[in-house]
Amino acid sequence: MNIDHLALLARLELTDSEKILFSSQVENVITYIDKLNELDTGSIEPTAHILPVSNVFREDELKPSLPREIALQNAPEEQDGLYCVPKIIE
Amino acid sequence: MELYKLGLSEAKKALDKGEITPLELTDAVLGRIESVEGAIGAYITITGEQARARAGKMSPEDIKKGPLSGVPIAIKDNICTAGIKTTCASAILKDFVPPYESTVTRKLDEQGYILIGKTNLDEFAMGSSTENSSVRQTMNPWDFQRVPGGSSGGSAAAVAADECIAALGSDTGGSIRQPAAFCGVVGFKPTYGRVSRYGLVAFASSLDQIGPITKNVRDSAILMNCIAGHDPADSTSARMDVPDFTSSLGAEIKGMKVGIPKEFFVDGMDSAVREAVEAAINQMESLGAEPVEISLPHSQYAVAAYYILATSEASSNLARYDGVRYGLRVEGDDLVEMYQKTRKVGFGSEVKRRIILGTYALSSGYYDAYYKKAQQVRTLIRQDFEEALKKVDVIVTPTTPAPAFRVGEKTEDPLQMYLTDILTISLNLAGLPGISIPCGLTPEGLPVGLQIIGRSFDEESVFKAAYAYEQSTEWHMKRPLIKAAQV
Repeated sequence: MNIDHLALLARLELTDSEKILFSSQVENVITYIDKLNELDTGSIEPTAHILPVSNVFREDELKPSLPREIALQNAPEEQDGLYCVPKIIE
Repeated sequence: MELYKLGLSEAKKALDKGEITPLELTDAVLGRIESVEGAIGAYITITGEQARARAGKMSPEDIKKGPLSGVPIAIKDNICTAGIKTTCASAILKDFVPPYESTVTRKLDEQGYILIGKTNLDEFAMGSSTENSSVRQTMNPWDFQRVPGGSSGGSAAAVAADECIAALGSDTGGSIRQPAAFCGVVGFKPTYGRVSRYGLVAFASSLDQIGPITKNVRDSAILMNCIAGHDPADSTSARMDVPDFTSSLGAEIKGMKVGIPKEFFVDGMDSAVREAVEAAINQMESLGAEPVEISLPHSQYAVAAYYILATSEASSNLARYDGVRYGLRVEGDDLVEMYQKTRKVGFGSEVKRRIILGTYALSSGYYDAYYKKAQQVRTLIRQDFEEALKKVDVIVTPTTPAPAFRVGEKTEDPLQMYLTDILTISLNLAGLPGISIPCGLTPEGLPVGLQIIGRSFDEESVFKAAYAYEQSTEWHMKRPLIKAAQV
């Protein structure tokens, strides 16, 4: 397992000791999970969800929602009613 | 009798008759919290002031308003309460104050409940011992060397130690039933879709359900009456009529077919747990139930399938903690570095481990081998239950293969920790309802849990069987003796 690649995909910065520890622990779990290969599941439909629902539609109506200032009250940084992030376009 | 010892229906009776007031009850519970909480550590936030204010304002009419009016109830701290911190026991949400109310707490509020506090959990409900909390370790009220179970360990310990009248938890792989078993109380996981998840901080959305943790089966059914039902805000909540869950309580279980799956009496099971559960099955037989041996051949694959599905869903759900809209932010030189640093500081080890595992399972080239495979095995596990439940009305098993373990005993080896949920996890994969009720004490004085599983949306049979058993024994009346010396 390429722990650096996975950490980047997950946007997680890991310390060197975390990399060593998690690699061995996760590999240990995956070895256990490989027991699923004992089963021939070739013709079995996967279950994504237990209820027989796919798309759930509703009427497209205008309804009250959270006021902007309340929705923004937990933002680490906001300005003019918008979330602020580090500059992403030069 | 001390008022804090009351269960929900007893407390409600006394309130309705005017024998006690909501403020007296609230003060009794707060007094209890003050004397034992230092040793138990069940709560993250105690809302004593708001609770007293609300209780003190209730008129005699208010008290009669609903089945919870004037009753102090604790809520697991991954369920959003508007204006009251909801932390998920994570550093990343340490100061998060939700701007909106979850559907379940809104419903409890409409029934007049009094929020007494928010309870401890494994961070983001990931764990089986509440040891993964970034806030504190909760102790098992029966033995302060042991864990209360998890992830709803705070709710279960608070109910067992009489630090609330009842509580809500959430269950993704056993997180209500396992701590209920470890703490000697009643924990109920509804059928997937029975209770709205709106406002429950998502861990694994296809598995998560909210449910009650209570002092007895009747209280569990009453709370289910209050929280069940379709919710337009949760598209996965079921459009099903909600029965009165208390109506099956007291019905005879004569002729009821009770399935005993041989695979759930696993090798290496604790002998005291085995004896207690076998005695419980005999007791149900003496009440007229008919035990039937059944087989759930794929249940041995449940833990493996679960740890792919749950971690995959978690790695996706937890992508929202990015330091932009809410929660912790740690600055970085650019956007990606800000994400990475925020998540490095904000998440604990178990959450990081599960994000890595889920990211691996979903990553390019591995998706079919792991995620799709696990979904196919989920189908096989579901079909096993469907077949079995054509022949029997309910299925009875131990809730856990062993009683509460010691603090620190399993923290070094995640796989050993995951395997403690071996008997509860398959219900989440199949979406079925299940309850854990007390059925004995080991020679060391630790509670044993009996799990009763029902058909999809047939919670009533589960409650009926659980109540009949409970009322024919005295296990539900046992409470831990919290000695002054321990406190």
